[in-house]
Parts: sequence; structure tokens; C-alpha cells
Amino acid sequence: MSYLDLLKLAAPEAIVTLTALVVLVIGVTTSRGTAVAGVSPAMPRPAAAGTAASTALCTLVAALGLLIAINAVLMLPAHANLFQGMLVASPLNSFFQIVCLVLAFFTILLASRETPNYGEYLAIILLATIGLLLLVSSEELLMIFIGLELTGLSLYLMTAFDKTDIRSAEAGLKYFLFGSTASAFTLFGLSFIYGMAGTTSLAAIAEGFAAQSLSPLLFAGIVMTLVGFAFKIAAAPFHLWAPDAYQGAPVSSAAFIASGSKVASFVVLGKIVLIGFAPVHGSADWHAMVAGWSPVLAVLAAFSILIGNLVALVQTNLRRLLAYSAVAHAGYTLLGVIAGGREGFSATLFYTTIYAFTLIGAFGVVALVRRETGGDDLQNFAGLRARSPLLAGCMAVFMLSLAGLPPLAGFFGKFYLFSVAFRAGANHGLLWLVALALFGSLISLYYYLIILKVIFQTQGAETHPPSFVGKNGLSNLTIAFAAGVVLFLGIAPQFLVTRILGTLQ
Amino acid sequence: MIAWTIYITFAGAVFLLFLPRAFSRWLALITTMATFAISLATFFCRDLDLAHFNTVVRVPWVPALGMNYHLALDGISLTLVLVTSITAVSSVLFSWDVANDQRPNEFFFWLLLVVGSSFGVFLSADLFLLFVFYELVIVPKYFLIAIWGSTNKEYGAMKLTLYSFFGGALVFIGIIAAYVSAGSLDLNELAQFRFSPQLQSWAFPILFVGFAVLAGIWPLHTWAPTGHVAAPTAGSMLLAGIVMKLGAYGGLRVAMNLFPQGFQMWSNWIAILAVIGIVYAAAVALRQRDLKFVIGYSSVSHMGFVLLGLATANVLGVSGAVLQMFSHGVIGALLFAVAGRMIYRRTHTRDLDELSLLELNRALPFAAFVFVIASAASMGIPGFSGFAAEITILIGAWKTFPIAVWITGVGMVLVAAFTLRALKRSFFDTAVEEGENVKNVTTLNRETLEPITVPEKLGASLLIFATVAIGIYPKFLLDRIQPAVEAMRFLKTGG
Repeated sequence: MSYLDLLKLAAPEAIVTLTALVVLVIGVTTSRGTAVAGVSPAMPRPAAAGTAASTALCTLVAALGLLIAINAVLMLPAHANLFQGMLVASPLNSFFQIVCLVLAFFTILLASRETPNYGEYLAIILLATIGLLLLVSSEELLMIFIGLELTGLSLYLMTAFDKTDIRSAEAGLKYFLFGSTASAFTLFGLSFIYGMAGTTSLAAIAEGFAAQSLSPLLFAGIVMTLVGFAFKIAAAPFHLWAPDAYQGAPVSSAAFIASGSKVASFVVLGKIVLIGFAPVHGSADWHAMVAGWSPVLAVLAAFSILIGNLVALVQTNLRRLLAYSAVAHAGYTLLGVIAGGREGFSATLFYTTIYAFTLIGAFGVVALVRRETGGDDLQNFAGLRARSPLLAGCMAVFMLSLAGLPPLAGFFGKFYLFSVAFRAGANHGLLWLVALALFGSLISLYYYLIILKVIFQTQGAETHPPSFVGKNGLSNLTIAFAAGVVLFLGIAPQFLVTRILGTLQ
Repeated sequence: MIAWTIYITFAGAVFLLFLPRAFSRWLALITTMATFAISLATFFCRDLDLAHFNTVVRVPWVPALGMNYHLALDGISLTLVLVTSITAVSSVLFSWDVANDQRPNEFFFWLLLVVGSSFGVFLSADLFLLFVFYELVIVPKYFLIAIWGSTNKEYGAMKLTLYSFFGGALVFIGIIAAYVSAGSLDLNELAQFRFSPQLQSWAFPILFVGFAVLAGIWPLHTWAPTGHVAAPTAGSMLLAGIVMKLGAYGGLRVAMNLFPQGFQMWSNWIAILAVIGIVYAAAVALRQRDLKFVIGYSSVSHMGFVLLGLATANVLGVSGAVLQMFSHGVIGALLFAVAGRMIYRRTHTRDLDELSLLELNRALPFAAFVFVIASAASMGIPGFSGFAAEITILIGAWKTFPIAVWITGVGMVLVAAFTLRALKRSFFDTAVEEGENVKNVTTLNRETLEPITVPEKLGASLLIFATVAIGIYPKFLLDRIQPAVEAMRFLKTGG
């Protein structure tokens, strides 16, 4: 085992780290003059000529670094395993490393000109991306925990980054307090599991558990571990940070929390429970529950679907609404994990991937509307159709995909998830969860349609500038691309399904 | 060739978004005319085997999950494609007045989406594909009503959408149950599969009720009157002419055909709900003051006949149900066209009391003429398609549910009563010379009413021709419907 091997396998992470450092240096050296003025209560000031160039340079370097990292992932060996699973290269891991990198790429394109101290902001996004890469590519508890922490700490910072907005600070603090508590739970749970299994490698844990029955101690360890992940994916009742973070954070951070962080968390959660905890699956069937992790997740899913959808009904701020709908979507996505098996995991991964692209696009629209109208309440979107038909059309694609209507990716994703869940369990035991999820979708259609009604129907927004299509070309392009992805994967889901199924041999 | 109806419609819809507004209605008209021509040409094509659900196109879509892009055609599908294209053409003609400042290209975009997805539903031979098209109809309806509608449009649009989605959720469970048990999504393969009776006993009602929500089954019909009233004229025409058929078609093609035993267990209940729907909706219609509400409830009543026909489970009854789907598609569209475009757009009222003061038969003689014909067809006067369809259904029902026929007879009397009432109040009342009533008349001077335009006359003529042609010679359609019905496996032996 030489360090050269390590460097080969960790090349993507190394490249992203280097990029982060370079971006940080560029940012610090070029924008020192304006950094002090950043703490002012006013709206984000128009960037000075000097910082505009440095912003563009930072974006360019960060984007290039991510592209090189994607290339590096493509050159990883198909199968490799370092230090008993600390760093694993497999088709599945590589695929989701690429997904995370692409999501980070989109986030960076959307983030342009959003905050002062732009170089630092981009560097933190890149650090969070490293955390995601480690999370996705590790199959060992300690490394997973390090990945979780690296991601978490970066995201707390990103959330609180808008120094001109008090809500950003509040959101950052809340996210940090909840997040560190959840991390403590996870670490505590992981220590129990290590104590019971005597190893931290997922494959070895499964072997260790296969021999023993489900003791109360083990169950406590499992529940505590799951609490940490429930926090990460914003499943109720561990979702309380999400509305504040989604609403208060700079829009691009919220987009990254909702997309990249969520994808990686679902990948890891799936791996932990389906590989590591496979012998203590339990059963979530109606009237036939067996203790294990699946009934715990089933309860979390049921709570998330109900609470997320019902609370979203009464929201008037679009980002808050998206946060509650994210809680509900976490519930749907859990269905695949609960169903288990290759098909179930594949459905979960498909859904979380398309969900990430949908949300990045939706937050992109929110960012532009916020920049033009100064807010992101529902009424700020009134008459968006007249001001920018492109953004309105893309928003319709995103919302209808979230509602699960064809021909968009969300429809196929839900069909896949629910059919897998329906098939799992003896005698359609998970039907209760499927029915609940369908009921949740019915509720969600109402609030998504309300958003679209405001965008398409309300005429009373003539006071706003007539159009902002010409400006923000890069953001518009990114959003349109995300909408294209959602539409394409709705019409040709095969494209993604075969790839995901192929990685899950 | 018939598959091109779908492609042309969707292509037209996409082009509409990029064309100048002035061209949009012409493009919509050309698109719908093209689909009409295609469906007519297929209809008169002699060498087609319409007795079986024969594949037209079959391309793998998501092989990993066994989904195919699979279209097929038989006599039932063809009949419904034909009525869809007729209704589509006339609804474009009746929305010729969507002005340039009312976003006509978006309007026709949504309209064509409804039409194209409906073609898709009628032609799908893959359960997932059918469901995709079925759900695709939901959103365009919402926008058509919520943006271009009238009275209470947001409520009506949301109610209709949530009802449709609720029905869709039930259908979804039923579809997954079939898919998971049989491991296939191909309708022809599923129709051969023997599902366990236990599965059929619960999957059939879920699936059938899910579809029947759109067909306006009592007591889940309440979206229909409010939705019809709130919708713009073309929207009501599409709802009555096409969308309600989607539900009935789904019930027949999917629920009944896949789960014959479940169907036999529940057919009595369907018949009971259908008969209640016929009588109840007719009775409610008798008490309405809004002309569109009268027609909306009459739609529910007529769709009750379709459900009754389906419940009979014999060749005559089911064929009659399909014929009634065609007939009601045409007649319902015609009634809504008169009420929405010819009357409401000109007088800005649909209140029967106010209309009765206007003596519209003199102001708008052509509208009066069309409404008389539509009412006659709706009441089931011989010579119109409504009669042919309803008599076929009742003969079929006589064998299975004799009592239902008697009760339905009462319903038909009620239908005649409310239709005549609406006809008299809206067109043929002579204004009573009483001081307090006359003042209303002055606000609406009938001399200033815009005359009936050419597109309206063309659209009305097309629909009238369709109902009369089928009324005089129903064999024309029945010859194509019956063999297809006979091929379905739910028919009781000897029935």
C-alpha cells in the first residue's frame, strides 16, 4: 500500500481541494479593499469593477476545477478498496461522485455575484463538495462520519454567509445547533455499533450482525445512527432546521443543501442500512412489523409525508414552502430504502438524483426573482410569466415534476418508487405507506398549483421591471439546462435507470 | 397512420408557442383538421381488423421495467379517436374569438395538449403509457380553466384538478397491483392473465372508481358541474366531449377487461350508482338557474347511461355505452357551445330568468335552431345519436337489470323535462310586460348582439352533422364497435 495508490484513488478529492485553495487565494488577494464594507445593512451592493473581474475569475477557476475532478473520477479504476473500505472505487460510488460534482458545478454557476467575499464563499462550497465525495466513496463508519462533519461544517458556514441578512445568521446558528446535536447522536450510535460488531467496515459489520439477534443495545445504536441521517435528509421530526435554513441562507447555499447534500446522504444512508445493517432489516408491513431499521424508517417516512405536505399548504414564502415540500420528498424517497433490495435502492437513487436537479433549477429561479424583486415571497412571483416566459416555463417544469405529473422526471420517479414499495414485503404489506404517499402527492399538487397560478395567472405585477431575460445569461442557461434534464429524464428515464441499475450489480 | 394523430397534435402544440399570436388559431385549426382527416381516413379504411386490439407501434421505452411505447387500435378506440377529433375541431372553431391580448397561443397550446393526450389514452396498449397520457390531461385542464375561465374559475379549476388527481391516485394503485402480480404492462398480455379472485375483488373497484371519477360517477361527480361552468367554452366542450370519455374508456379497457371476476362481483353496485346518477343529476338539473349548470348536470346524467351500459356486461349494453360516449361527446359539446359561446359571450348572462326576458329566438335565430337540435338530441328523440345509443343500452340492460330500466325511464322523463325547460326559458319565452322585469331588458339591448359568426356556424354544422348521421345510421359505428366488444373477455357467457 503506497501513497501513490492513495493519491490515485483520492485524485478527485485532491483536485477539488487544490481548486478550493486556489480560489481562496484569488478571492483574498483581489477583493481585500471591499471586504470591510461587506458588513452593511443595505441590500447586496452592486459589485465594483475590480471585484467583478475577480468574481468571474473565481467562478471560472472553480468550474474548471470541478470539470477536471469529474474527469478524474472517470479515470478511477472500476473496483478498488483502500484500508478496509475507507476509500472505495466502484461504479456506484463513481457515478454519484460525478452527480455531486455536477450539482456543485450548477451551484457555482448559479451563485455568481451573490455575496461579498465571493472567493471564500466558493472555496467553502468546494470544501463541502469534498465532504460529499468522501461520503459517497467511503464504506467505513469513521470515514463516513468525517465526510458528514466536513460537509456539515461547510454548510453551516454557507448558510450563515450572508452577513447583511439577520435571517441568514439565525438560520446558520439553528442549522449548526441542530446539526451538531444530530452528529453527536450519530457518533454515539456508531460507537454502539462498533462495540457490538467490533469493526467499522460496513461489509464486516454485516457479517458480525448476521450471527447475533437484535439486542436492545444494538437497536439503540441503530436508532441513534438513523437520527443523524434523518437530520441530514430533513425527515420529520428532525426537519426543524430546514425551513429556516432554506429561507435564510443565500439562495445558492440553500440549493446546495437541498440537492448535493441530500443526494450524498441518501447514498450513504442506503449503503449503511442495506449493506451494513442488512441482517437486522426487520419489517414495516402493516400488522406484521418486526423490529429492525425498516419500521423506524417507515415511521420517519410517514411523519415526513404528512407533516411536510400539510405544513407546506399554509406557507407564503416560496423557499419555506420548498423546505416543507423537501421534507415530504424525503419521506417519498425513503420508501425505496424501506423496500430494500437492488430495485428499491435504485428507485431511491433515481428519485433523489432527479429531485436534486429539480431543486437546483427551482432555487435558481428563486435567486433570479429575488435579485430582481428583492424578495422570495409568493407575491414576488406574481406575473413572472409576463416578465420572463423562460423562467416561468422552467418553474412550471420544476413544480409539476415535484408534483409528480407526466411527462416529467418526477412522475416516473414516483411511479418507480411506489411500484417498488408496493412489490416489497409479504402480501403488499407496504401498501399503507404507498397509499399515504399518494395522499401526500394529492395534497402537494394543491400548493404546487397555487405557485403556478400566481406565476401564470396573476396580472397585477405590472409595476416590476417588464423583463429580465437579457440579463443573467449564465443563470438562465443553467436553469434552462436543469429544466431540460428534468424533461428529458421524464421522457427517457431509461437513460438514468439503466446506469443506476448497472452500478448496483 | 392513426398514431400520427398524437404526434401531429403535440407538434402543433409546441409550434404554437413559437409562432406569432395572429397565427395561433389557424395553426390549431389546421392541426385538429389534420387529426380529423386521419381518423376519418382510418375509419373508412376497409382492410383494418377492428375486432382486436392490434398493435400500431411498439418500441421499447424502459426495458428495465418492462415498459413499452405501444399503441394499438380497435373499433372502440377508433370511435373515441373520431369523436375526440370532431370535438377538437369544433372547439377550436368555437374559440375563434380568443383575442390577441388573451394569450391565444398559450390557450391553444393547452387545448392541443388535452386533445393530444386524449388520443394517447385511447390508443395506448401499455398500461404505463396509458397512465402517462391520462395524467397528462390534468394540468392543461387546470390552466385552461384557471386562466381563461369565467364564474368562480379558480375554485372550479382546483376542484376538477384535485378530483382528477385523486382518481389518478386510485388508478395508480390498481395499475401497480396489476403490474406487480402479472409482471407485465402490456394490455393484451394482461387481458390474458388470470389474476387471483382475491386480488380482483379489491383491485377492480379501486381501478374502476378511479377511472369513473372522470366519467362523473355519482357521488364523485361534483367536479363536473362546477368545472364545466367555470371553464371557457372550448374547455367545457373538451371536458364534456373528451375528458369524461377518458374515464369511461379506462373503466372499460383497463378495469373491466383486466379484472373480469372483480367486475362480476361489483357490477350490480356500478349499475346502482349509474342509475342514481342518471335520476339524481336530472332532478338537480331541473332546479338550476344557470344554463351551464343545467347542461353540466345533464352531462352527468348522460354519462350515467354509459356506466349503466358498461355494468350490463353484455354485447348490446357495452356497445351502446361506447356509442353513447360518441353521442354524448358530440351533443355535450354542442350544448356547451351554444350556452358558452353563442349566448354567454353575447349577453354576458347565463341566468335562465334573465335570458327569458331577451327573446333570443328572434335576436339569434341560428343559435335557437342549433339549441333546439341539440336539445332534441339530448332528450333522445329518434333520428339523433342519443336515441340510438340510449335505446341500445336499455335493451342491453333489460336482460341484466330490468328494474334499472324502469327507474331509468323516470330519469329520461326528467331529462326531457329539464331540457325543455332550459330550451323554453333561454330562447322561447315571450317577454312578460311587467314593469319591474322590463328594466333588465333595457340593459341588454338585443339589437346590439353580435350576429353568429362563420366559425360558429361551421363548428355547429359539423357537430349537428355527426349526431344526425349516427342517429340515422348507427350501424355505421356499431359495426365497428361490436366486434371489438365481443373480443373482450368479461362478457358473461351467453349474454
